[in-house]
Amino acid sequence: MTDRITNSQLYQLIATNFRELIREPGVLFWGTVFPILMSIGLGMAFTRKKDVVTIVAVAGENHLVWHPNDSASALLQFLDAGRSSIEKDKTGTFSRTITIADDKLGNTTFVFRSMEWQQAMVLLKRGSLNLILDEKSGALQYHFDPMNPEAQLTYLKLSRMFNSKGTVLAGSGTSVVPLTVSGTRYIDFLIPGLIAMGVMMSSMWGISYAIIERRSKKLLRRMVATPLKKSNFLLAQIAVRVLMNFVEAGLLFLVAFLLFHTTIQGNVAALFTLFLAGNFAFSGIAIFISCHTAKTEIGNGLINAFSMPMMVLSGVFFSYHNFPGWSIPAIQKFPLTMMADGMRSVFIEGAGFGEVAFPIVILTATGIVFFIAGMRFFKWH
Amino acid sequence: MTHPETPGGNLVIRVSNVHKSFKTVQAVRGIDLAIEAGRFVAILGPNGAGKTTLVELIEGIQQPDEGEILIMGKTWKGNENYLRQIIGLSLQETHFIDKLSVWETLRLFASFFGIGKERCEEVMQLIALEEKKRAWVVNLSGGQRQRLALGISLLNKPRILLLDEPTTGLDPNARREIWAILRKLKEQAQTSLILTTHYMEEAEQLCDSIVIIDQGKILKEGTLTALLGEVRDLPVKPVETRRITLDDLFISLTGRHLHD
Ligand SMILES: Nc1ncnc2c1ncn2[C@@H]1O[C@H](COP(=O)(O)OP(=O)(O)O)[C@@H](O)[C@H]1O
Ligand SMILES: [Mg+2]
Repeated sequence: MTDRITNSQLYQLIATNFRELIREPGVLFWGTVFPILMSIGLGMAFTRKKDVVTIVAVAGENHLVWHPNDSASALLQFLDAGRSSIEKDKTGTFSRTITIADDKLGNTTFVFRSMEWQQAMVLLKRGSLNLILDEKSGALQYHFDPMNPEAQLTYLKLSRMFNSKGTVLAGSGTSVVPLTVSGTRYIDFLIPGLIAMGVMMSSMWGISYAIIERRSKKLLRRMVATPLKKSNFLLAQIAVRVLMNFVEAGLLFLVAFLLFHTTIQGNVAALFTLFLAGNFAFSGIAIFISCHTAKTEIGNGLINAFSMPMMVLSGVFFSYHNFPGWSIPAIQKFPLTMMADGMRSVFIEGAGFGEVAFPIVILTATGIVFFIAGMRFFKWH
Repeated sequence: MTHPETPGGNLVIRVSNVHKSFKTVQAVRGIDLAIEAGRFVAILGPNGAGKTTLVELIEGIQQPDEGEILIMGKTWKGNENYLRQIIGLSLQETHFIDKLSVWETLRLFASFFGIGKERCEEVMQLIALEEKKRAWVVNLSGGQRQRLALGISLLNKPRILLLDEPTTGLDPNARREIWAILRKLKEQAQTSLILTTHYMEEAEQLCDSIVIIDQGKILKEGTLTALLGEVRDLPVKPVETRRITLDDLFISLTGRHLHD
């Protein structure tokens, strides 16, 4: 009985694919460890910490250094009134620190640092700060990139603080809630999208590229001269990849859970089914993409041509609602968008089977259609 | 060599007027071939003669532009499943998965035929690679790799075996090891063999009949003795100690050596 299994084409092909995978350390790193590291990095970078320290550059009249003792400065008067602390660092730069206390959003600390315009521009380009204050004859000017949401936030917080003087400075705990998106952290948005993207990328490279590479090395040529069934060969590729995708997604989720306390609000079975459907879709497409060419360069191009637009447009990293309205219905039909949106709705919005039935059906059908077409046109050499 | 059957009555392979061209090259230009069961046939010719193209046409890996190929009386079209079961082959460029062991590679290919462990053990013994059982294919020597390729071609105990330059690039020792395996196979008399080569010794040592091809056409075919009997006007008169070879025949036919 066990012999009948271990002697079967499918078993041996799956075992072969696994062996190849684990014996190629690079594949494991780029396929499994790298996406997790990337999500940790992104999560750390974009998750707002409890205490935010924002550096604000302050330049004086005519972009010169602002004198922290200038009695004519309105800003200085304000800061003194708010009992800011004054420091002087090794380089001789003065900075004044002021903290807005907020028990819901965490404290925000503003460090006003006097510097020349040029230095401020350098730091702005480096991303060390996102806003420059400029005091011109008593009037404050805000310089920042209006497209940068972080800078907008700094601007809003600062201007609010300046306009309502005493109240905020007294730390009365007034609500600043409108400044963030209903308490949703970026990491919660990111993780479901990253899982979906992981499935797409690992299917493209793990199936398409692997098949094309084997074809280019003339490995398939030898196999076709045996009674090997095409369907078994392709299904073994998919089986191993889907299993790896489960492992990768599981690890990613575990890391997100441990580091960021990410949870699944909705129906786990629905999430599982949707994940599987997404795997079918991308596996099928991967088989189709790899069915003809024997040149790895062409394979590279095909994979990028397919996956790059979706990486950008499908809202993995940033919401696609920033794109023009006319393009959104099209974007929503991409398989990656369908999968990412569906996963997100289960993760964040608590969706169940009802809400994700449509993407499940469409993704599965996509997979089946492309798999059959790919198998039909499949070339061994 | 006893062949009780009337010639032509027991053909395992019949190739009739087969042509095959690539863009600008006519690789095979009207070849006819009839091979009887149990025979070992060498296809001898220089590089670029069309040997690989011819055997790959017979193997069903390439399709002829013109002409007909019958194996056990059957065409490839419609009989692929049956023919794949009874044919064993090794390609000129042998590529297996680098990071798979010898044993794993045998098991993989065996599974394609629905064959189990026992036969893999047998083959491993036959190709004398037992001590390399766990070694990765990438770490095998050229000779060991060719033996593995040969072993894979023998997994299904093929009735027809097609080997494309099985010893090209091997040193004399490694070559003799391959020959020894093939001789054993000949003793069992279950298999018909076509092998291509540009080494005349290989054709002389192993094969019942030899087909000399050049530029996609058959120049001469027959047994070794018959072919050598045809050598006329030797370009260089052989000294008493030197025997006449197939190379001499090839030179007298084309003015060129079999290989340089
Ligand atoms: N796939 C191919 N595309 C283009 N030309 C080919 C191809 N295969 C073989 N040829 C050409 O056909 C001729 C015969 O090649 P081949 O059958 O490989 O000869 P041999 O095996 O005797 O060295 C050569 O000129 C070779 O360049
Ligand atoms: Mg050749």
